[in-house]
Amino acid sequence: MAKPETKIITCIGCPSGCEMTVTKIGDTFQVEGNQCKRGEKYAIEEFTAPKRILTTTLQVKNGVLPLIPVRTDKPIPKERLFDCMKYLSSIIVPAPIKMGQVLVKNVLGLNANIIASRDLGEK
Amino acid sequence: MKEIKVDIAVVGGGPAGLAAAIAAREQGADVLIIERDFELGGILHQCIHNGFGLHIFKEELTGPEFAQRYINRVNELKIPAKLDTMVISISPEKEIIAVNKIDGLLRIKAGAIILAMGCRERTRHNILVPGSRPAGIYPAGLAQRLVNIEGFMPGKRFVILGSGDIGMIMARRLTWEGAKVEAVVEIQPYPSGLIRNQVQCLKDYNIPLILEHTVVQVHGHQRVEGVTIAKVDEKWRPIPGTERFIECDTLLLSVGLIPENELSKAAGIEIDPKTKGPIVTNFLETSIPGIFACGNVLQVHDLVDNVALEGTRAGEMAATYISRKLEVAESKISCLPGTNVGYVVPQFISSRAFSDKITFFMRAKKPQRNVYVEFIMNNQQIYRKFTKFALPSEMIKVNLPPLKDFAEKISDITINIIPKGEEGQ
Repeated sequence: MAKPETKIITCIGCPSGCEMTVTKIGDTFQVEGNQCKRGEKYAIEEFTAPKRILTTTLQVKNGVLPLIPVRTDKPIPKERLFDCMKYLSSIIVPAPIKMGQVLVKNVLGLNANIIASRDLGEK
Repeated sequence: MKEIKVDIAVVGGGPAGLAAAIAAREQGADVLIIERDFELGGILHQCIHNGFGLHIFKEELTGPEFAQRYINRVNELKIPAKLDTMVISISPEKEIIAVNKIDGLLRIKAGAIILAMGCRERTRHNILVPGSRPAGIYPAGLAQRLVNIEGFMPGKRFVILGSGDIGMIMARRLTWEGAKVEAVVEIQPYPSGLIRNQVQCLKDYNIPLILEHTVVQVHGHQRVEGVTIAKVDEKWRPIPGTERFIECDTLLLSVGLIPENELSKAAGIEIDPKTKGPIVTNFLETSIPGIFACGNVLQVHDLVDNVALEGTRAGEMAATYISRKLEVAESKISCLPGTNVGYVVPQFISSRAFSDKITFFMRAKKPQRNVYVEFIMNNQQIYRKFTKFALPSEMIKVNLPPLKDFAEKISDITINIIPKGEEGQ
């Protein structure tokens, strides 16, 4: 049988900020230190596949501003955030841009698009 | 001088001003927004991270998305806005003098005015950080503007003083952009921002959060070369012998925000020394009848949702005022901060609101768990509400039932935050 794996995770669900200990025993998880069900769910997600929304900026050609704020339309694996930042640093998009417009499709094959966070007019 | 007449003039086109203008327009008033930037939206444009709008839209938006939704509504309602326009003065007669490149000097005669100028950052000079004065010291929000709007990285190795939310969010942003954040240094024994930001902005990237420490020396001549930090005692005095040097080229300050009330003060509006914002009634009316205040110019909020909701209310109240339904109050009672309460908004309740439910906002002075927020009138507890947390970083909101339900003779109220079990003593 595999050795139990343990991680300590701070819950972000509420100001309690419970310090939770997650232990993986075979295919099951044991969560300790949480005060509610939401904490348990969050702890297991953070243990198995932590994901984040990436929010950053892209360079803009011909815009009223030099940058457009963007985000991923779905959370992406935490360990791929820096790969995405590196890839996006070389991308330049032309104005005008509308909020919600897809600026990069399926970024790095992560099944998430990069979308614009605002309208941006042409210079 | 060009002259304009409007029902309601809104000073500031950030989330508070936009929400106020929309609400007032929806009540049928003729509204004008005056904004000093080249576009509407205010500070939200540089807050590119997500986490906004959970209360109003029930989804997690970025700052620019939140702003864009309000801007789109302003456009739908065809609310005019004077952009690139600076307000120079506001008079008690509700006359605004403003200036821009197209109109030159402008006189705006308004039936009512809504103050929505927001706040600005405290700087090095507000907290008296000792040491030399090299380049490389920025308020965190200014650094945020440089990185997110202008595309300019202000440094490579950072120390951030103050664990406010802007500071922690900038720690993550700078890390993503390839910089190294050496530490976030906080003078208090607890972080001053949200838990969520401690975890997702600092812990995620192993950025140390050093509590009960402050910067005691800035080093460098042309450019910051490092800072010396030291542990502080309970009175925030540095403890000799605890100093240590951290090498860095940039120091960011996330040490609080101040409501921007120069215009309000010059107009003669009374300011609360605790909030640094205008003193208002439950109608959000300042000490000058017909001038209302909302958003961060009134009290520094943690959540933009609360800013916008306050704006909506100010817009409704101003529209009611110009339709002559909101006359000057007969009398007012005071609402005073008591035990462990830093401040209370509103500071007054109008006698015409004694049959209304009143929403109070307040901040605890020090963190406490399992407390009652109690309301004392004539030495008696008239109402109390239990809350699990009273944290200085999280504004507390309490709805007080109509005062006339409690007493025949209504007088001033004191609000206390007290541990459960010690109430009414």
